[in-house]
Amino acid sequence: MSHSAGPTLRSVGTRPIRPDGIDKVTGCAVFGADFNLPDALHGAVLRSPFAHARILSIDISKALALSGVKAVVTASDLPEISGEQALTNDQPPDFRDMSANILARGKVLYDGHAIAAIAAVDEETASRALQLIDVEYEVLPHVIDVQQAMEPDAPVLHENMITQGITPAPERSSNIASRYEQVHGDVELGFSQADIILTEEFTTQPVHQAYIEPHACMARVASDGQTEIWCSSQGQFMVRAYCARLLDMPLSQIRVIPLEIGGGFGGKTTVYLEPLAVLLARRSGRPVKMEMSRADVFRATGPASGSYINMKIGARKDGTLVAAQGILCYQAGAFAGSPVRLGCMTAFAPYDIANVKMIGYDVVANRPKSAAYRAPGAPMAAFAAESLIDMLAQRLAMDPIELRIKNAVRQGARSASGFNFKEIGYLETLEAARVHPHYTAPLGKNQGRGVASGYWFNMGGQSSASITLNEDGTVLVATGNPDIGGSRASMALMAAEVLGIDVGLVRPQIVDTSSIAYSDLTGGSRVTFAVGMAVTQAATEMVAELQRRAATVWNVPVEQVLWRDGCAVANIEGNNERLSLSALAARAGKTGGPVAAHVSLDAQGAGPGFGTHICDVEVDPDTGRVTVLRYTAVQDVGKAVHPSYVEGQLQGGAAQGIGWALNEAYLYDENGAQLNPGFLDYRIPVASDLPMIDTVLVEVPNPRHPFGVRGVGEVPIIPPLGAVANAVSRASGARHVDLPMCPPAVLKAMQRAARKSR
Amino acid sequence: MKQHICTSINGEVTEFLCDTSETLLRVLRDNLQLTGTKEGCGSGDCGACSVMLNDRLVCSCLVLAVEVQNSRVDTIEGMAAGDKLHPLQQSFLEHAALQCGICTPGLLVAAKALLDTNPYPTETEVRFWIAGNLCRCTGYDKIVRAILGAAEKMRNADAGVRS
Repeated sequence: MSHSAGPTLRSVGTRPIRPDGIDKVTGCAVFGADFNLPDALHGAVLRSPFAHARILSIDISKALALSGVKAVVTASDLPEISGEQALTNDQPPDFRDMSANILARGKVLYDGHAIAAIAAVDEETASRALQLIDVEYEVLPHVIDVQQAMEPDAPVLHENMITQGITPAPERSSNIASRYEQVHGDVELGFSQADIILTEEFTTQPVHQAYIEPHACMARVASDGQTEIWCSSQGQFMVRAYCARLLDMPLSQIRVIPLEIGGGFGGKTTVYLEPLAVLLARRSGRPVKMEMSRADVFRATGPASGSYINMKIGARKDGTLVAAQGILCYQAGAFAGSPVRLGCMTAFAPYDIANVKMIGYDVVANRPKSAAYRAPGAPMAAFAAESLIDMLAQRLAMDPIELRIKNAVRQGARSASGFNFKEIGYLETLEAARVHPHYTAPLGKNQGRGVASGYWFNMGGQSSASITLNEDGTVLVATGNPDIGGSRASMALMAAEVLGIDVGLVRPQIVDTSSIAYSDLTGGSRVTFAVGMAVTQAATEMVAELQRRAATVWNVPVEQVLWRDGCAVANIEGNNERLSLSALAARAGKTGGPVAAHVSLDAQGAGPGFGTHICDVEVDPDTGRVTVLRYTAVQDVGKAVHPSYVEGQLQGGAAQGIGWALNEAYLYDENGAQLNPGFLDYRIPVASDLPMIDTVLVEVPNPRHPFGVRGVGEVPIIPPLGAVANAVSRASGARHVDLPMCPPAVLKAMQRAARKSR
Repeated sequence: MKQHICTSINGEVTEFLCDTSETLLRVLRDNLQLTGTKEGCGSGDCGACSVMLNDRLVCSCLVLAVEVQNSRVDTIEGMAAGDKLHPLQQSFLEHAALQCGICTPGLLVAAKALLDTNPYPTETEVRFWIAGNLCRCTGYDKIVRAILGAAEKMRNADAGVRS
């Protein structure tokens, strides 16, 4: 069925107070670390002080002997996973790597790599016991930087790593896990037709998702093996599946109860503590609670990949792009699996270019294994591409939005990664940006304005929803996806829309893995789209059932019963009969029993998302300090179900991108130990760093969703890197190709440019 | 040896036992089950553990529990008057000033501390006052608007009472 996304909607598109709001402003909401059980032990993790070392021996006997210590586990307590068992249907994640990441096997591969876990009666005993674990290391040479890791003489992390995607396969092992190539058209030919060719090298640093809530969980294992895990994550079903694989347990033995999640941004799409807590609980016979410190979070989780990118574009004098080429090297961290492929696919997706060739390298280094971070892989690639587009605009003395409009993908255009776009709203975002007052506002001295765009696929996937009609006519909507940024409100609004009732009568719930069918995790901008589709269909089924019930009451054929404004209506012998949802709920016991509907589906047809951002900065010529003066984020959101939370996604993504562009980076000492694993020295944007972030919601409906929804969460982090860099470059007169653009780097680039122009 | 501490928390006389090394944050969360106060960093950098100690805004992770002997501690759990939300809490809801909600209690406590002393804050004053409270979800836009909005409502309510 299809609902036209027009003015007839009564709930979708409104801004009610979110259903979980009161709990979150009063401190009642139970997040990962807030859940307690009587008799729970305190779990703690021993972490490597070395960036790269062989583990010669681990002696836990002294720790075990300490009074109050109830269990100690190391990698030898985890089931061994063979190479053949590592993948599922040849798809990541690699569970052998995941196992070796949660407890190091044979080698430690980064500062902070977990080696052993302990459960003790209290925190103090646990930390004393950690110090009693005796680990003998053989320290090995390490490598942190992605380009250095690719050198032939670089220290090799995995002795058996032979680069995949190269024929014939290399004979020697290296840190290059794989090579990816994506071609359409003929780039040689394309560049030969170009009047202007621009080439540049770009680097970006790994950045942490920096959710404010550190990872935390509680596990309880009964003597028959039945296991319960309470945790905050981006998917209770993900936690269940990963724990089952890593611990070799049947899914039916694990129940994961989702707690409120204090931010994830992709960083909580995997497990670190949960399997350890289960092992410790099983061994000790008592519940075990584990919490990471902020330093643990920085040293052992996340981040987004850092990158080295060499990119080239060719254009005609009129600005028509004719060819683009890129070599993208992404730092995967200690284990393979950076999102370099997604970088290759997204970088030039906004542009209709006949000839594109992208080559990606996935490179390991002695840093924590990278994890998804909002549009994984796309922001750094877009930074390079959007910088080049800006350089081209400057070269041609052309307006940067005009240049983008000239080359923008339109409906039917072939994307840079090969498929054809259907209904998309990129052009609409460019037009909206062009007419926004921000774009023509005057700029002062040392100020500059940057524009950049971004593209993300958006995802669908497996999703489940259950709707239950209570006896009093209120409605429960149960789903299996953690609410990171207001998705409960969206689910309630969509259900209320279909049922034709006030959203206040709908109570959304996020339930545990034993209470609903499987759902893919919360990520990829998929929940409002895909789970929303399941909710909509379940509500539609409920309406159909209620029409049948009304037909029973009135003793008329069901075809005669319509559903309007939350009521079954029928014209019976000239009389307009009417039965409200609550009236039908009250009679349910006499018309066939409780009314409920469950829908599980694999949602297809996620509409691609495009955004265009405008950023004004001022650069202090004496210090190189950049101040963001004004920021506007424009995005095609399909249909904003709860516009406030859609705006919030745009604003939050923009702020994260600004941090990525200007501030955030890891610092390492000469031994490969992280120097800034805390919020004081790893500085994410604070309120006084930012202006208000204006948003424009463009609504080009996605025809494959009942309300026209597109995912919105990922796109807004893609344009800011380029938008800020383009603004800084225009304000300072020097092109900035290395992130972050911290004051010393900006000053240096300005001084270099000044020397060149002399 | 555990110390016996007697203090006032959200207006209630409260006693607890703690080690001298334990922070106020630990005691609030673990001993007293007041888990509305969050731990984001444990080093005073994120503000998620903000509470009022004798009318002063502090990071409870930087206060030793033994320091609160005979003091007055106010946490997020004491902000609403029964089932009546504080105007700031209401304003955060109306402005959608939270996404994941983990920083929200700390921000509310910090914002209340601001408005209690400065009923007429400018946007810049709000931004610098809450610069010690990290939020990774919102970009602060709606938080700043919520605080400014609450300030205005509280001023109007005050004017209403006086007139």
